[in-house]
Amino acid sequence: MKLVIAIIKPFKLEDVRDALVALGVQGMTASEVTGYGRQKGHTEIYRGAEYAVNFLPKIRIEVAVPSDRVAAVVEAIIASAKTGQIGDGKIFVTSIDQAVRIRTGETDVDAL
Amino acid sequence: MTRDSGRMACGIAATLSFIFAAAPALAQDATAKIDGADTAWMISATALVLMMTIPGLALFYSGMVRKKNVLATMAQSVACAALCSLLWFAVGYSLSFVGDAPALGTFERLFLRGISMESTSAFAPTIPELLYVVYQMTFAIITVALIAGAVADRMRFSAFLWFVAGWLLFVYVPIAHWVWGGGFLASAGVLDFAGGTVVHLNAGIAGLVAAYVLGKRHGYGADNFAPHDLSLAVIGMGLLWVGWLGFNGGSALGANARAAFAITATHLAASTGALTWMFLEWWTRGKPSVLGLITGAIAGLGAITPASGFVLPWHGVVIGLIAGAICFWGCTRLKLRIGYDDSLDVFGVHGIGGATGTLLTGVFAVAALSAGPDAPEGSPGLLEGNARQVLIQLYAVVAVLVWSGLLTYVLLKAINFLLPLRVSEQHEIEGLDLTQHGEALQ
Repeated sequence: MKLVIAIIKPFKLEDVRDALVALGVQGMTASEVTGYGRQKGHTEIYRGAEYAVNFLPKIRIEVAVPSDRVAAVVEAIIASAKTGQIGDGKIFVTSIDQAVRIRTGETDVDAL
Repeated sequence: MTRDSGRMACGIAATLSFIFAAAPALAQDATAKIDGADTAWMISATALVLMMTIPGLALFYSGMVRKKNVLATMAQSVACAALCSLLWFAVGYSLSFVGDAPALGTFERLFLRGISMESTSAFAPTIPELLYVVYQMTFAIITVALIAGAVADRMRFSAFLWFVAGWLLFVYVPIAHWVWGGGFLASAGVLDFAGGTVVHLNAGIAGLVAAYVLGKRHGYGADNFAPHDLSLAVIGMGLLWVGWLGFNGGSALGANARAAFAITATHLAASTGALTWMFLEWWTRGKPSVLGLITGAIAGLGAITPASGFVLPWHGVVIGLIAGAICFWGCTRLKLRIGYDDSLDVFGVHGIGGATGTLLTGVFAVAALSAGPDAPEGSPGLLEGNARQVLIQLYAVVAVLVWSGLLTYVLLKAINFLLPLRVSEQHEIEGLDLTQHGEALQ
């Protein structure tokens, strides 16, 4: 099992969800987060006072999938979240030691 | 304990008997007749002006501060409205609008005693005197509440309450009397229709002095002070703009053509001010910001205030244009050059706008608008050949600058003997909502 974590542009969330549903992915978690990467932030001006906004709003999604589906899921996220502009985000993949469905007690791949 | 409460009861009883004993109405002008239409309009105008502070100014200001100071900023407007109302009832009205001594009114209407069903004020002979009291009360409220913007994010709430009370009594009341209550500036012939000097310049210079005395916000120039929710400020600006029709239109003190001239010039000045600021920002900064649009509108409104009942519609357009440009310069250039931290630009918008409008009133005043049974000549300005009017306007600007600036400084220093004006640095970092009021936005 793998956990796919993607940081994406907020307005791309629905596109990514549609792509993953089409792949048969059963669920996902999305959070509103702020952060910065190579894009660095931007400048805002209020009545002549300039402020550097270092942390930009992003959406962080987490998807747990069986190991053999990882490549397809990552491809789908790239295809649906990409604008080609700076600030499109990143994807991280990490291993999952254990998974449990709380209602039934099912474990691991059965729980995904 | 018992003796104390007994003494307190005696004191209250004495005060009450003092208020109610002098009930017989004082002799009024026998010819004064209360007019239904004028009264109806002035009740509406009173509600409009009160709406400018609560919730107008409360929203306008709180939208521009950081999220940790939203409730504290709103509390300043609301507490100011409540406290100023009681003080106006107790002593403010009487000292401002009763008696025609050059410097100050009298105690004749203390606690509004002596006002009857038939009473009228010499300043507004066709509406009940009590309505005039409340109408003027709403002006006192917003003037004091405006100053809060200069000290936002750092003033201790208890110190603010002391300041509100002291400033109303020692600064607003005398100046209102000088200009509107038959004082020395009124005798000199100063034209201030709805408060270019009394309200805007007065609050603006007080804001500048208060910003200096309190010092800059922690993190000024380094931290991000971006407004937490400009949509609140837009709603607040809208309420201010609409309420301003009661502010300037109501200053005609009747349902008449002069009120129509006043609201037309007012609305046109707001529109021109908003567009002027917007285009200047677009041109110099590349983007037309929402904050710029709403600030420009308020600058136009502040500047047209003294002129509104004295000028033609096209004068409103010119005044809005000039105010939008000068206040834009004041808030984006002058402020940075001088380096004061007037958090929400009370001086840049109301001080500079109020002074500009007061001087331009002397330029554009049209005699025909102010001519009436009492003053058949009316009040002409520079364009009608009365250059002296500009000097009289300048005289009022200087008088208000000096008195308000000086007294604001002395008052703040005096309060500072009792308690610190600012919250502690730690509390400032945590935010005033939590540390001053024990509440916070989630």
